Amino acid sequence: MKAAVILFPGSNRERDAVRALRLVCGANPSVVWHADHDLPSGTDLVVLPGGFSYGDYLRCGAIAARAPIMDAVRRHAAHGGLVLGICNGFQILCESGLLPGVLMRNAQLRFTCKDSYLRVEHSDTPFTRGYNAGQVLRIPVAHGEGNYVADPETLAQLEGEGRIAFRYCAPDGALDPKWNINGSIAAIAGIVSDRRNVLGLMPHPENHVEAALGSTDGRGLFAGLVEHLAQAA
Amino acid sequence: MIPNEPQITPELVAEHGLTPEEYQRILALIGRTPSVTELGIFSAMWNEHCSYKSSRVHLRTLHTQAPWVVQGPGENAGVVSIGDGLAVAFKMESHNHPSYIEPYQGAATGVGGILRDVFTMGARPVACLNSLSFGDPEHPKTRHLVSGVVAGIGGYGNSFGVPTVGGSVRFDTRYDGNCLVNAMAVGLIEVGKIFYAKAVGVGNPVVYLGSKTGRDGIHGATMASAEFGADAEEKRPTVQVGDPFAEKLLLEACLEIMAKDCVIAIQDMGAAGLTCSAVEMGAKGDLGITLDLDKVPCREEGMTAYEMMLSESQERMLMVLKPEKEAEAEAIFRKWGLDFAVVGETTATQRFLVRHRGEVMADLPIKELGDEAPVYHRPFTETPEPEQLLAAEVEPPLPLADALEKLLATPDLCSRRWVWEQYDHLILGNTIQRPGGDSAVVRIDDGPKGLALTTDVTPRYCEANPFEGGKQAVAEAYRNLVAVGARPLAVTDNLNFGNPERPEIMGQFVGCVRGIAEACRELDFPVVAGNVSLYNETNGRAILPTPTIGGVGLIEDVALATTIAFKAPNEAILLIGESQGWLGQSLYARDLCGITEGAPPPVDLAQERKTGDLVRALIREQTATAVHDVSDGGLLVALAEMAIASGIGARLYGAPVMIPPHAFWFGEDQARYVVTVAQDAAEAVIVRARAAGITVRRLGQTAGDTINLPGERPLLVKVLGEAHERWFPAYMAGQA
Repeated sequence: MKAAVILFPGSNRERDAVRALRLVCGANPSVVWHADHDLPSGTDLVVLPGGFSYGDYLRCGAIAARAPIMDAVRRHAAHGGLVLGICNGFQILCESGLLPGVLMRNAQLRFTCKDSYLRVEHSDTPFTRGYNAGQVLRIPVAHGEGNYVADPETLAQLEGEGRIAFRYCAPDGALDPKWNINGSIAAIAGIVSDRRNVLGLMPHPENHVEAALGSTDGRGLFAGLVEHLAQAA
Repeated sequence: MIPNEPQITPELVAEHGLTPEEYQRILALIGRTPSVTELGIFSAMWNEHCSYKSSRVHLRTLHTQAPWVVQGPGENAGVVSIGDGLAVAFKMESHNHPSYIEPYQGAATGVGGILRDVFTMGARPVACLNSLSFGDPEHPKTRHLVSGVVAGIGGYGNSFGVPTVGGSVRFDTRYDGNCLVNAMAVGLIEVGKIFYAKAVGVGNPVVYLGSKTGRDGIHGATMASAEFGADAEEKRPTVQVGDPFAEKLLLEACLEIMAKDCVIAIQDMGAAGLTCSAVEMGAKGDLGITLDLDKVPCREEGMTAYEMMLSESQERMLMVLKPEKEAEAEAIFRKWGLDFAVVGETTATQRFLVRHRGEVMADLPIKELGDEAPVYHRPFTETPEPEQLLAAEVEPPLPLADALEKLLATPDLCSRRWVWEQYDHLILGNTIQRPGGDSAVVRIDDGPKGLALTTDVTPRYCEANPFEGGKQAVAEAYRNLVAVGARPLAVTDNLNFGNPERPEIMGQFVGCVRGIAEACRELDFPVVAGNVSLYNETNGRAILPTPTIGGVGLIEDVALATTIAFKAPNEAILLIGESQGWLGQSLYARDLCGITEGAPPPVDLAQERKTGDLVRALIREQTATAVHDVSDGGLLVALAEMAIASGIGARLYGAPVMIPPHAFWFGEDQARYVVTVAQDAAEAVIVRARAAGITVRRLGQTAGDTINLPGERPLLVKVLGEAHERWFPAYMAGQA
């Protein structure tokens, strides 16, 4: 798998993403500067990493969505290429129109860093094929603006088309407002595009790929992508 | 001719925080009346914050040497070798006054400043910690300060992209008018690739990098060197505003030009910005510096030389570059969207020459600006030693079980989860032990080595007996590092005290420094960096003496690090170290009995070292399954924390006959650890400890889901956990 991690000024979890890709996929991804206009040829997966692109002093991800490299990312997605946006990357995907909805301030109005429990809603996407539907993952969050909001039609569409990839849940998988870590509508933690080749999620699977760090629940996402590409090839 | 508007008057001198004697010293040094810009420069260089004029003679007594020390005090950060050609650079610094005036920005820029100190040396920051002291929870400002400071620390570190992995929070009415925000940063660096402030070579470009200069923070260092009166609020304009995004860019750009070998000398613009950084680079290199202020990138129009020289705008660096690398360095900075301006050059004159709009605004001897700063041997009176509080004199107000439940829910002992969940403590993917244990453990790159990190001080001990309190702060840091299996390497100190012009405050300072010096020497745990914050007083009322110690230790293999959590039922629980039942200055005496008199527990440094060596060996051999040091709250609190962290209970034996039960379970005797081992390993550990002259006592075994003490009602671990978690969020929501 050839992966490219996009580096915006203010990205800060790019090293975490690079390490996870290296550990799970066995190859170092390339790191692409935001001011570039093209992705390395043959790129299979684009990763928009976590961070505070451009300081996020405007709406989170709003400026990054207009960076030169994002045209290339849109083209890549339009051709069915895989795009994974994590945390700030999810915010950028929403701002750039690659995913619907918007991420608002956490309901508790505080930045929150802790383990969350995620229920895998559908395993029929390249990003979730490494898991079983209904499986519960322990993956950390670290964000202040992860409260997913969408209008009722969009939400109905996401539900109807099976595009909600992950929801925040209790450790036993039950949906419970107490465990909806940021107050997201329908406890949404991650969604895919209509073609299922773009995933945005707030939690950080890249931080849970090693037993030494307490959990390997994030590995399945990356391992699934490798499998998907191997099968497609 | 140096323009001199306005005229220098005694009032103007006083407004600059300079005494009449200090002004006479300036006149003698330069042989003429200074310009107002020069007066500003002197006030910046000679205030307490920058010159250490009250503390310097005492700081010289600290133990700073060890074979693994690469850089001791005096640089931006201390540096210690950790093998494999790598070193760790770290320092802690206070941002107390700004944080009280404007908690979010004050705390945020405190984090920004200390991060800059670390990456100025060429180190990539890998962790932050902090130590926070707030006033009485009932004080009307406390909630606002906690909320703002915590958000500010998180806001800066989270965006910059460094994990905030540990720290401490305390409450005491003595911080009502003067909270403390001590921030520590830790970075990794290759030995041999460390950058310093010392300028080299004549005619080399002095380059300004980073954000633009504005009017923020003018006289920040002078403010931080004065007591607060009722006008503290009016000092808000002297607090800087942080931009973690700019700092992240500055970090990446600096490390990139360092890697490209463009840099001769580098100094961040912290307190007193351009003045301190330029003078430091020149003075250390025995060179002069000429600055042309017309070249300084400014955020606001019409700034005067005086304002530019004293601005404390954040996220700025000054460098001396290799002339042939100037273009390459500029391209890197432009790529990151940062300002890059050649603002001066090094000269052979040893003069600090500042030009603005074609005029010379300052022309001062550069070495004397630093070297000739006043040094004071301030008179001090030693704190009288209090009597020991005998356990027999303390009537237990509650049964042991009730006392434990109550203590775990007090402001000083309850869980700090509300705080550290606002800090991204996981970024960079190396946080092996998250906040809440004895030390944070951060893996080095892909491992197996790791760093153990902690911040410690017990101000109530320091108040009662500064010498023992100073020793205890170091010993507790040592113990916390040992408890995760680390070899303690070195410390940074951050000495927060009141007004040194009062002999009793100076006595606290001198006592604490003596204690720190002795402990660091005896434990082979040198001080490699430090910061002093004096004048922490409001309306004549001083804070508790608070010499915060930031400790760094090395773990050879993070897979072998231990945590405080019990690991399995039916393991033997051992107490390593001796108990007398010392209730003086304990939280039990203070919070449950209302007794604040009495001597703090004495620290036997030889015993600390012996117990530390044993515990570390037990961890390395994987005999110890869980380890927790015994500190605030005493033994039963430590056991409860181990139970809460795991959900596993404990069946405990009674206290020894010689010690009243409440004193045994809640006394705060030093040099003690609770360790669990497999039942069949316990006897060998006891025999081995006794052979080494260490007291070991069987406390009981892990079992079930309750804590059981003979004759007391069983306590459900789950209920204790809830009590432990309750206070902080409830308080912050206005419900406690």
